[in-house]
Parts: sequence; C-alpha cells; structure tokens
Amino acid sequence: MAKLTLKVNGTNREVESDDPDIPLLYVLRGDLGLTGTHFGCGLAQCGACTVLVNGRAVRSCLAPAQSVVGQEVVTIEGLGSPERPDPLQAAFIAEQAAQCGYCTAGMIMSARALLAQTSRPSERQVREGLAGNLCRCGSHARVIRAVLRAASAKPGGR
Amino acid sequence: MTTRVSRRSFLAAGGVLIVGLGLDGLGPAGAQSIPDADRFLGKSLAPDAVDSFLAVHRDGTVTAFVGRVDLGTGGRIAMRQLVGEELDIPLERIAMIEGDTALTPNQGGTGGSYGIARGGSQLRLAAATARRALVDLAAQRLGRPAGDLEVADGVVRGKDGSGTVSYGELIGDRALNLKVDAAAPLKPHDRFRFIGKSLPRPDLPEKITGHHRYLQDLVLPNMLHARVIRPPAFGAALVSVDESSLASIGAARVVRIQSFLAVVAEREWDAVRAARALKTQWGSGTGLPDHAREFEAMRASPVVRDQEVAKRGDLAALSAPPAGTRTLAASYRWPMQTHGSIGPSCGVADVRPDRVTVWSASQNVHGLQNTFARMLGVERDRVRVIYMDGSGSYGANGADDAAAEATLLSREVGRPVRVQWSRQEEHGLDPKGPAQLLELRAAVDKDGDIAAWETQAWLPISTANLPNIPLLAVDAAGLPQTQGRATGLIYQNVDPPYAMPNLNAVVHWVADAPLRTSPLRAPGKIANTFAVESFTDEIAALARVDPLEFRLRRLTNPRGLEVLRRVAARMGWQPRPSPAPGNRNAAVLTGRGLAYVHYKHDETIVAMGMDVTVERATGRIRVTRVVAAQDCGLMINPDCVKAQLEGNILQTLSRALHEEVVYDRDRVTTVDWASYPILTFPEVPKLDLELIQRLDQPPLGAGEAASTPVGAALANAVFDATGVRLRTVPFRADRMKAALAGRS
Repeated sequence: MAKLTLKVNGTNREVESDDPDIPLLYVLRGDLGLTGTHFGCGLAQCGACTVLVNGRAVRSCLAPAQSVVGQEVVTIEGLGSPERPDPLQAAFIAEQAAQCGYCTAGMIMSARALLAQTSRPSERQVREGLAGNLCRCGSHARVIRAVLRAASAKPGGR
Repeated sequence: MTTRVSRRSFLAAGGVLIVGLGLDGLGPAGAQSIPDADRFLGKSLAPDAVDSFLAVHRDGTVTAFVGRVDLGTGGRIAMRQLVGEELDIPLERIAMIEGDTALTPNQGGTGGSYGIARGGSQLRLAAATARRALVDLAAQRLGRPAGDLEVADGVVRGKDGSGTVSYGELIGDRALNLKVDAAAPLKPHDRFRFIGKSLPRPDLPEKITGHHRYLQDLVLPNMLHARVIRPPAFGAALVSVDESSLASIGAARVVRIQSFLAVVAEREWDAVRAARALKTQWGSGTGLPDHAREFEAMRASPVVRDQEVAKRGDLAALSAPPAGTRTLAASYRWPMQTHGSIGPSCGVADVRPDRVTVWSASQNVHGLQNTFARMLGVERDRVRVIYMDGSGSYGANGADDAAAEATLLSREVGRPVRVQWSRQEEHGLDPKGPAQLLELRAAVDKDGDIAAWETQAWLPISTANLPNIPLLAVDAAGLPQTQGRATGLIYQNVDPPYAMPNLNAVVHWVADAPLRTSPLRAPGKIANTFAVESFTDEIAALARVDPLEFRLRRLTNPRGLEVLRRVAARMGWQPRPSPAPGNRNAAVLTGRGLAYVHYKHDETIVAMGMDVTVERATGRIRVTRVVAAQDCGLMINPDCVKAQLEGNILQTLSRALHEEVVYDRDRVTTVDWASYPILTFPEVPKLDLELIQRLDQPPLGAGEAASTPVGAALANAVFDATGVRLRTVPFRADRMKAALAGRS
C-alpha cells in the first residue's frame, strides 16, 4: 500500500493505493470526495474530467495520481461555491451556460487554463481553447459567451 | 466515506430556493436527496388528486411533486413558475420533488417534448384548483364572499385590504382531498407575474461550481462499485471465468448470474482494474448483419404492415404524367445514431429483503418500477425508483440498463451497488436511434405546382404494449422479459405540410433493425423532415422557384407563414432559385438554405435558415450561421426555451455532419469519440434565434421540434452552394468531396 501526498485546492491530502497507476480522477472522486470532476470517457477525448495541475489543464482520467505529487492540483471545487462563485463561474451562471451540466466543470477548468495563458482571448481563441471539451446538450454558444464575459470582466479587460 | 452535506442556499441572483442534497446516512429510510422528503411517504399518488401534486405547509411554503423530470431543460424553474403563478406565492417558497415513485404522481415518462405541455399543464391545473379551494376556505374563515378576496404572496385578504389569512393557517400540511379540476380558472395572461419571465435556473449555481450531486456522484454507506463484463459479440453466452486472474486485485470479486457477469469492489478503481484483468471465455455471438448493406437490407425486408399516414386524391400524375409534367424521385438515408451522453450511464441500487430502492437518471422512473418488480418477482409497491440527474440523455440511453444491473447485483451481494458504464459501453450498448430510409416521388406540372407527391418510408416497427425496452442484464441473466422493440412515434412528419391535391405518404413497417433501438430526440421526425424538406427544395429547384416563395405559396397557417417570414427577414433573404449563380469552380463555395416544420402537424412550428461554405478541395462543410424562428405557443421561461432551441440545432448539426454508428458482425465498432466524432467548439456556427411568445395560447413543447429542420436546412444550403444534393447523412468531408467529384 503506497502513500501519496497530493496538494489539492491548496491543502495537502494523503491517500493510499495499492496500484501506483491509479488515475488522479479516482483519487479525487473516491478518496477525497471531490465529485465535481466527472468521468466522461477515460480516454482523454471529452474533457469532462479536466483539472488544473500547476495551472495547466490536465485530463485526470488518464493522468496517474503519482505524476502530480508535489504539484498544485486545482479542481472545480477549488474555485468557488454556489454562494460565492469565482468570476468565471459567475459568468457561466450569468449566461446560464449549461444544460445537464455534466461536462461544465471540465469546460470551466479548460477555460481557466486558457485565461491564465491569454487573459483577453478572441472568440476564436476561446473556441480553440475549448476544442477538447465535448458538449452533447448544445450549450456551446453560451459557454463561449461566458468565457468572453469573464475575460472582459477582468481588471483592465475590455 | 465522507459526504458533504450542502445546505439550503438562497440565491440572490435568481431569488430561488435551492434545495441541496443531503446524503449522509442515506438509506431507504432517507432515500430522497431532498431533505425531509420522506415525511411525505404515504401521500396521495393518484394522477387526478391535487394532493398528489402539491402540499401546502404551515409555514406557507409549498412542495410540488412532479413526475416529469428536469433533464437539464429548465423544468426545475418552469414548474415553479407555474405553481407560483397559480397559487400566488413567491418562487423561493416552493420546494420540488421530481421523479420518485414513492412521492410523485405517475405523469408518464419524460419525453415527447411534453414536459411542460402536458406535465406542467397538469401541475398548473392542480395549483389553480388548490388556489380556488384555499380562497373558498378563507371565505368561510373570514365570513366574506370569495369574490371579495384576493391573494398576495400566499396570504388571502379582502380586496379592500381588510382581513387576512395565510395559506399556512388555512390548510397547513393537511390534505386538500380534491380532484384536479380541468376547468379550474387559470390566471389570465395579463396578470402573469412569473410565467413568461426568463428566471434563472435554480440548479445551475451548484452544477457550475461542482457542488451538484449527480447520480454518478451518489455514494451510499457500505456501497460496492461494480463493472459489468460484456461479451465480445452480441448474444454470446459465457463459457467460463478464470477468477484467479483477479489474484493481484485482492479487493475485487466476481458476481455471475448465467451470462451476466460483473466484478465488484470497495473502491471504484479496483473494479475498473478487475474488469480489465478478468479472463473470460465466451461462445459465439448471434451475429449482426452487414453494416455496408444496412439500407439495402431494410428496403428488402419483409413488411409487417403498411401504415397510410396521409392520403388525398390519387397519384395518377405520377403513374401517367400528362404532357409538360415532370417527375422527380429521390431516396434519403439517415443512419443509426447514438444518444451520445457525455457521462456514461450509471445506476445505484439497494435491494433488501423487504424493499428495493433504485436511483436512476432514467426518463421513466415509473416504468422502471414495474420493470424491476417483474424482474425481481416482488410486489410493485416494494420497489421505489428515484430520479437523480445524470448526464443529458435525449431519449432512453443506457440509464435503464445500468439501473437494472445495479439492482441484480445488489440482490446478489446483499449490499448497495453502484454500476458505472464505460465510454465503450455507452457508445456500444445504449439502444440506438434506428436508421431510416425514405423514398420520395413527385410530379411537377407545367406551372411548377406539385401535381402529386408520394412518400414511402421503411422503418422498424415498435412492439405494441411493450412493457420496457428489453434490458441487457435481464437477458444475460436468463430472466424472463418481453422481447420487442421501441422506437417512439417515428412515422410522424413523413407527409409534407404544404397544400397539394394529391398526396400519399405510407410507412412500410419492417420487423427488425440490426441493434436495440429506443426513442432518440424527436424520434423519426429528424430523418422524416430531412427527406420531406430536402425534397421540397428539389421540387422548387426543378420549378426554378425561390425556395422561400415556394413554401409560402403552399402554406395557409398564419403562424407558419410568420416564422418563415421572420427567418427570411433576419437572413436578408434575396428571392432567387437554388443553386446560387456564380463560379462553381471557386475554392470555397457559399450557399444558403432553409427548412420548415410543423412538428407532428399540430405542435411547435419552426423555420430555419443556414449559411454554409463548402471547401472544394476537401469537401469540408462549414456552417457559418443558423437563423431560426420558433412558435411553441406559451413560453413559461423563454430563456430555457431558447436553450432548447440552441441545443436542438447544435446536437442535430452534429448528427447531420458527423455521426453514424458502425458495427461489424459481432458488435458496434464506433465506441468512443474518435470513431464517433461529434460537433466541437470551433465548428459551432453563429446562432441568430427568434422566439415568438404566445401568451394567449397553450404551451406546445420546445425539447424536440427545432431538431427536425436542421438536416434539410443544411442539405438545401449545401445544394445552393454547390449544385450537389446530399441525401445520405452524415455529410462528412469525404462524402461531400466525392459528390463534388461526381458532379464534375
């Protein structure tokens, strides 16, 4: 039984696993109770499981948990709460940018990584930045608007 | 395990009470995720009783019990708007319980675009009946005629402001014991306070912050995680299992009921690993037909019966065309497609000796209650099925199967069990929207009028009175169930909506389809409208008439004319026949097209236009703009309707451009997003949408109709750009490129 110490949403968390290859997703959901990150495909094709690792968007369904030891992991729960959504989440709420909402957390984490790189992206950059996140309900147009809204709301933004 | 208990939170943004999910210690005694919901156990469930739909509490709050569930569609706010409107209470005082066979009336499954039109209308009548009864009670209490009283925020008072009594004081948690009165007076639209407003959805803050509990997130005390092991070929029987292959994963164990095989483990990852590691031997499958000949096989299938969907006049102009009359024939093919839920299906069940509780994202929890009672051989009232949100489903995806699998496994292991499907299972095993083949013929007279029209459609027949879509695990476990097929009402809209003297639209019902089928959004009508509206364009092109003008001339319904005119105005439509004049050899061709539908001929009306470009070298089609106007009668929440319009357009564009289920002789081979691609963000067109509010009309449904004109609007725009008619979906680049090459 190997012990791993992961830094998730600013807190060190210790987990045990007898499989060194356990993907980060199963640790987050199963051991840490962070169920806001969702399983979608297990193939890094849909983006539903996206989290940030040192600010980069990572597909937690394939990334081994041990590969992120010593790095900063941020999940959707690390951003804001229903009562106090962070600005990007607030923009999604303002645009009512979800239907079933199952893929939303992954989109927000991808958008977060995009905005960290490109603080005022063009609409085209937003679309490209979300190209790896799939949505079946058809909320895309609202999601694009929400990301642009969050970008323009930033200090010094448009 | 640790489970966060979210608290009731009042949202400043929407002013709507969010009822969070408290799952600690969740068992059959506290099975509902809504706090304290089980105090209602034993309440009325009769479909005609007000108490089945509503409970008015001492503190003035109200609980609404709704059989039709919110699939991400906005029912959670729209249903509250209906109740708040008729009862005159603020929406934050309304709690809502959805889809629980122990607590909500059976309003039928959630589908057919009837959530609001039927389910909501029943709820609204129940609220109106309750309001009248409460005002009558107040009249007795206050000693004044009911006509002198009014209601504000749940308080009845004299219109002169004197004398008040609250709903809570009048009825406070006691039953009303009333039947829903279909003639109960509904609030007139000029006094609407909530209906017609785009109020924000109460579930979104939790969903957007990752705090919402989906079914996939449900964890019960003592619960085991399961994965089902599937045969390598459909219908194959399990020969042997080598349990020693799990030796390295000590925490996992095998559960087998005949050919139904699963692994269970305390931790989910161990179940995943065990499913991958387990060595099994299977017999041969029952075999699938040749996918490459799917449509030919359908055309050649024995016909069970013919259904004449529409008939007037005769087809003499087709069989013996008079001089100057031209005939036209075309065949349209829509392939088998998957629901494609982003979250694979999940089911959680707790089977105990005296009661069975199942949590499911099914669109038909009341149907499942019967199914599982039969499956387990127990009385129906010992089975409780509770809806929880899953990933969007758009029909019957794998949810019912996953719930059945969890139920069987829980019975075997004596503990709660959670079954989570993989991506490959969802793509490979969910019941599919069937392939459809339509052949159309028309006679066009010398004036360009439609002298005769014939539609022939080959469609797989639904089994009459089928209790449920046959479930994989029930068959694999060797348990009895009624075999048959379900597809939804796939014959509708095979006939055109336009005036013409001679029309014959017939469905040839064929016995079988290669895979399991189920209703998939707007069942059948997406393909039917693709054929009818493409063919309408073909006739207009033959007659050298502008496609908009051609339709306007043959419609009389003023609401239909209005949506078409609004789309044309938004598009800046210039009257001319298709295809567009210009240089066919340009690198990028541009075109515009439109399509129209009167859904089921008596529901929602949509007109849709598209602008496209086609890259000649690659055949790549890019949709640059979609314009739509929709009249779905009364809109309770216009923004939620708009979201459905957007979803219908984008999901169906995805289906028309990209999607086709492929199988070999054993199983489905398009089992992930690489082999079954869907629309991505860079491809999303600009959406220019117009909703027509009809405050004085009944609501007609928004969940399906706008998906139906998408295929034809796209095909018509591609024809306009290229002069080439695509009649087989999907319009992938290689198909477009080949069609362009064939033209030149």
